[in-house]
Amino acid sequence: MAIGKVLVFAEADGAAVSSATLELLTKAREIGDSVEAVIVSADATAVAPQLGEYGASVVHAADPQGRLSGVVGAAALASVVASSAPAVVLCAQSYDGRDAISHLSARIDRPVLTNAVDVRVDGDAVVAQSAMFGGNTLVDTKLTSDQPWLVAVRPKSFAAEPGGAAAGEVVSLGDLELGRSGEAAVLDKHVEEREGPQLEEAAVVVSGGRGIGSAENYGPLVDELAGLLNGASGATRAIVDAGWVPYSKQVGQTGKTVKPKLYVAVGISGATQHLVGMKGSDTIIAINKDPEAPIFSVADLGIVGDATKVVPRIVEAIRARG
Amino acid sequence: MNVIVCVKQIPDPALPGELDPDHTLKRDVKLILDESDMYGVEMALQLVDAAGGGEVTLVSMAPNSEKGGLRTALAMGAAKAVLVSDGSLAGSDSLGTARVLARAVERAGGADLVLTATESTDGYTGTVPGQVAELLGWPSLTFAKKVDVADGKVTIQRQTEAGYDVVEAPLPAVVSVTAGVVEPRYPSFKGIMAAKNKPIDECTPSDLGLSGDQVGWSGARQEIVSVAAAPERQAGEKIEDDGTAHERVVAFLEELKLI
Repeated sequence: MAIGKVLVFAEADGAAVSSATLELLTKAREIGDSVEAVIVSADATAVAPQLGEYGASVVHAADPQGRLSGVVGAAALASVVASSAPAVVLCAQSYDGRDAISHLSARIDRPVLTNAVDVRVDGDAVVAQSAMFGGNTLVDTKLTSDQPWLVAVRPKSFAAEPGGAAAGEVVSLGDLELGRSGEAAVLDKHVEEREGPQLEEAAVVVSGGRGIGSAENYGPLVDELAGLLNGASGATRAIVDAGWVPYSKQVGQTGKTVKPKLYVAVGISGATQHLVGMKGSDTIIAINKDPEAPIFSVADLGIVGDATKVVPRIVEAIRARG
Repeated sequence: MNVIVCVKQIPDPALPGELDPDHTLKRDVKLILDESDMYGVEMALQLVDAAGGGEVTLVSMAPNSEKGGLRTALAMGAAKAVLVSDGSLAGSDSLGTARVLARAVERAGGADLVLTATESTDGYTGTVPGQVAELLGWPSLTFAKKVDVADGKVTIQRQTEAGYDVVEAPLPAVVSVTAGVVEPRYPSFKGIMAAKNKPIDECTPSDLGLSGDQVGWSGARQEIVSVAAAPERQAGEKIEDDGTAHERVVAFLEELKLI
């Protein structure tokens, strides 16, 4: 039984719609009668056709005008909520998604369920499933507030499939009331050189943990192996906290969820909050000195050994094959 | 410059967590300062130092009177704390928590800047900083990996998927900082001793003008429908490295057609 209109907070980098957005639109079609999107973009017409292919009948567009996308997004969502009364608002648990849904939640006084790995309709309510205790326990929570029901969903929770063949008609939202939040200005955007695929999209992820020994070892032990396998490099919270690599590389409960074809855990003990971010990978290889490390309970191939010795040998052997 | 840091005291994440009968995290155990908050406290201390004066005040919410975690932050150098504690706070969701923290920030008064972590280690909803900012009516600058304050403005490097953005806002503002953004200092013995006497203003939600149906389970407007164990993944082959284990890995990669 469908729940009514579902509003999706869509995100795109220029003309490239985020895969999380496509996942949300797919789920929105499943649970809702109709689907509309809200996007903060200077050129929504570039992405509207794809949003329509995934089911959005209307794309409400707001121009960022140098403000934070999450802040403009919240105002845009509030405006569309007021004018078209959706039953559900879905966003990704991404940087801007979190900003948008948190401001929206306080602005319209609605609670928000976060880190959802599944969303379903139960009678005339919406139930979101999320993980606790590092993913060992799944909790189903129902919102009992008035509509709209707000849910933030972890990327990679469902497959994205086009469908619904909707119009994707662009409607420009005029000037939005941003309040003092609008005083935050984006002065500059730095794009860091990235070789290889994005972490969440990569078919292969090689991640490093404390067992790599030092920040200097991240390059040779993690980046290098990732590069040889055309993969992306990731990290545990421990080495992000230690300042060895930035937060954007963090895989785990408070970082990203990845589901690559292959995940190689280098010097990672396998704390439950890390496992929840990667145990959905097709195949897992783990290298750790400690035979009792919890990572071995999820690894398809476990090597008990010193990562600082084993990985360079793997790299050399791969290179030797030409 | 005066900085307020929102901090959380949580069950030690190194110990296995337990649930209360209402399916929420058991909190009547020893609580420690959330490690994520050490970065906010350290950053606040450094900013006050750089500004040549001012103080760091902690603001925190707990369903009980636990203060151990606050003393850790006070020992690092924070001057005082506001602790909103009451049994009615149990089961608070993120919006309820933000309501309490925003009122506590107003009670502490005089802040130019409010710092928070990007998310707590136990709840990790990640929405409280934005909700607090919206309730205070202040700009929020989130996922900061670098923070500078000068001439009444805060400028951050905001982590993005592609790299970082430079974002600026006039004070007062709310900033959430990512882990690893600074190296937190260890409290000195002198700091630990001094912390014992630093003032903790303990108050209840009603002291802040909040009613019972705005906080705790009553205010959360959500219900736990079920709790179940997640499907387990099976372990596969495990071998000890004798200098040749890398060969098994390479063979495995070949089987996967990745090389």
